[in-house]
Amino acid sequence: MGALLSRNADCLLWLARYMERIENLARILGVAETFARDRAGRNWLPVVQINADEGRFFARHRIADAHTVPHFYTLDQDNPTSIVSSMRAARENARALRPLISIEMWRQLNRMSTWLGGLSDNAVAPANLSALCTEIKEACQLHQGITEGTFYRDQAHYFYLLGKNLERADQTTRLLDIKYHTLLPRPEDVGSPLDTSHWNALLRAAAGYQAARRVLSGTITPRSVAGFLLFSDSFPRSVILCVRQMDWLLSQVRTRYGLRGGAAAMELLDELRAALTDRTIDDVVNHGLHEFLDWVQQRLMLIFSEIRDAYCLPR
Amino acid sequence: MIQQQAAPPGNGLLARYRRGDFFCELTSARPSSQVELSDLFARLDALDEEDLRRRIALAEKELFDLGITFTVYSDKDAIDRILPFDVLPRVITAAEWARLESGIIQRVTAINLFLDDLYHDRRILADKVVPADLVLGNTNYHEFMRGLKVPCGAYSHVCGIDLIRDQEGLFRVLEDNARTPSGVSYVVENRNLMLQSFPDLMDGARVRPVDNYGLMLRQALEQVAPPTAGDPQVVLLSPGIYNSAFFEHVFLAREMGVPLVEGGDLIVENDRVFMRTTAGHAAVDCIYRRIDDAFLDPKVFRPDSMLGVPGLMDAYRKGTVSIANAPGTGVADDKAVYAYMPRIVRYYLGEEAVLPNVETFICREPQGLKYTLDHLEELVVKPVGESGGYGMILGPKASRSELDEFRAKLKADPANYISQPMIGLSVCPTLTDKGVEPRHVDLRPFAVTGSKTTVLPGGLTRVAMKEGSLVVNSSQGGGSKDTWVLE
Repeated sequence: MGALLSRNADCLLWLARYMERIENLARILGVAETFARDRAGRNWLPVVQINADEGRFFARHRIADAHTVPHFYTLDQDNPTSIVSSMRAARENARALRPLISIEMWRQLNRMSTWLGGLSDNAVAPANLSALCTEIKEACQLHQGITEGTFYRDQAHYFYLLGKNLERADQTTRLLDIKYHTLLPRPEDVGSPLDTSHWNALLRAAAGYQAARRVLSGTITPRSVAGFLLFSDSFPRSVILCVRQMDWLLSQVRTRYGLRGGAAAMELLDELRAALTDRTIDDVVNHGLHEFLDWVQQRLMLIFSEIRDAYCLPR
Repeated sequence: MIQQQAAPPGNGLLARYRRGDFFCELTSARPSSQVELSDLFARLDALDEEDLRRRIALAEKELFDLGITFTVYSDKDAIDRILPFDVLPRVITAAEWARLESGIIQRVTAINLFLDDLYHDRRILADKVVPADLVLGNTNYHEFMRGLKVPCGAYSHVCGIDLIRDQEGLFRVLEDNARTPSGVSYVVENRNLMLQSFPDLMDGARVRPVDNYGLMLRQALEQVAPPTAGDPQVVLLSPGIYNSAFFEHVFLAREMGVPLVEGGDLIVENDRVFMRTTAGHAAVDCIYRRIDDAFLDPKVFRPDSMLGVPGLMDAYRKGTVSIANAPGTGVADDKAVYAYMPRIVRYYLGEEAVLPNVETFICREPQGLKYTLDHLEELVVKPVGESGGYGMILGPKASRSELDEFRAKLKADPANYISQPMIGLSVCPTLTDKGVEPRHVDLRPFAVTGSKTTVLPGGLTRVAMKEGSLVVNSSQGGGSKDTWVLE
């Protein structure tokens, strides 16, 4: 056997992306209390901006506050970027993949989906939000662990990992893009407690707090944090690490499973990897961080569509 | 004849169990096997009701978590439901099973011979054993199957014959599901559940295993693959995740270790079927399809349909791909043809049917019509072309005016009807809100045919969970039981 249906390859990419998206959203909402604080007090708008949801959000809510934003991103079934919507999409994909994924993977996804579907508004009230986000994050990690421990390692697994790394890289760029400008210190704020808590929140949202403390000891600045999230060779959510993983995964499916096509995706990946390898954070910031992140996001989108074109869509 | 009670009244869980006027699968006397049944009775009687309920709740939660469910669609929601599970098993003794097995194999053999004859020589029509217009005018008869040789002469590769047991304890065939019978996943999963949640109940009970169904089916499908295929690629064709029986499709694909494909995954090129994979088009040799004939190939059946694989029937006619069950098989499990089944068995095999039909009166025949008209208030009368109970009348439950109205319809178009007596289905001890009570059951064994026919020991026992109800369908509150065939 060993053949992988194109439709299933597509479902694998999407399953991985949705699960990664849920985890990232839970991470952001989980630190939002501090994350949302800015010079003017509380501002939940960045969470909306990360997902580029301003239009849809303000069509439904007048203000972005501690009630509207968490609800919009957790329980709102009409919001396609909410956690319950992503969960439903993840489950639909997993359902189509049931003959391929392990029974244990399906069971956990099914339970998680039932659990999320049964949550009440009270579960996302400000007092409960952080605890809920921890539970959601752990449910995602449980999924990752079960996948790591039970999913058969054939090309299906490679497609799953491609989707996961792509979404991770994308989420990290979005996180950085939104926060970097608000975090640029004004001279009078440097070293103030507020400033530090912002950095902590950003790093926590990216799950990089501990690692960054070890690596960047003493030199935590906007540039060093941005450099860490983009270029760290060892941090599992850094953009370059995810891109390297994708590069390796794609060349594996091409060589190990003899899949033709995908050359365009491979070229784009090489180009992206080179761009991330050749630059320092100073180069990037001096030429405009936002523009750079935007370019990375566009490349990731192109790579994704090239992968789908090559392997997933009917021909 | 009323059977004596085989087992004494219990003094535990079954202390208050009374089977009433019906044959009981546990307590009614059998010609043999008394010892095995009283052992089982004692074993069940010793169970603690509260403990049992607690474990059932856990087991049902596990079924839900595992997605061993069917999907019910409402206006805005898709709700996954489990098939309610009753923990008290339905038991079939070794002697009973031997008879059932030979009867099922006999019936399936006759069905396949009948289909082969219909689509080739039509001897049975020439000999006027079965009226020609009955089959040739049937909507499930497909002219394009005419003259087509199918491997092993197998048309109904998977056949799920519905059996009921009457008040005398005699097994009778109620329906021949020769097309795409479902439910086998519950047979296997119910057993898995019993082994996992009630190991003490099964411990030492010598029950024949059912977990090799996937292997049985895959082997049969490989046997009927085109002879040119060296190592045949088998696939399962499903309508997709929104089909209410999707779990069963997943189960079968998984148990057989073959890809689960949808119509869009398949493509026909130069009369050869391929599936779209990441590595390009990969040849397919045998399709176990879980979709109706009408959705196989829009070029042949429904030009308006998005479903199906254009050109599939061309490839099939060229013999480059096998399809199970074969298209056009439905003509054999029609209600009107059912009535002729004992004669069909006799015609091809020269022997009497081991498993009798429910007594059936064919209204297109003068004596059948006369009997039906004379005994309308005792009979169930069914139109032959309908399914799902539409257009039928239950004589004993109908009013005088309903009977008169139906009498007129029957006289106007007798060929459209058959009639049968009301059957008091057998019962099984079943755990209900009111304790252990008798509930009516049926049995659907699964027969798989490749180069020969094999029957999975047991089958799906459906149970009408409502008191007095004879309706075992899951859509109407029916549940299921594990079916134990003793060694």
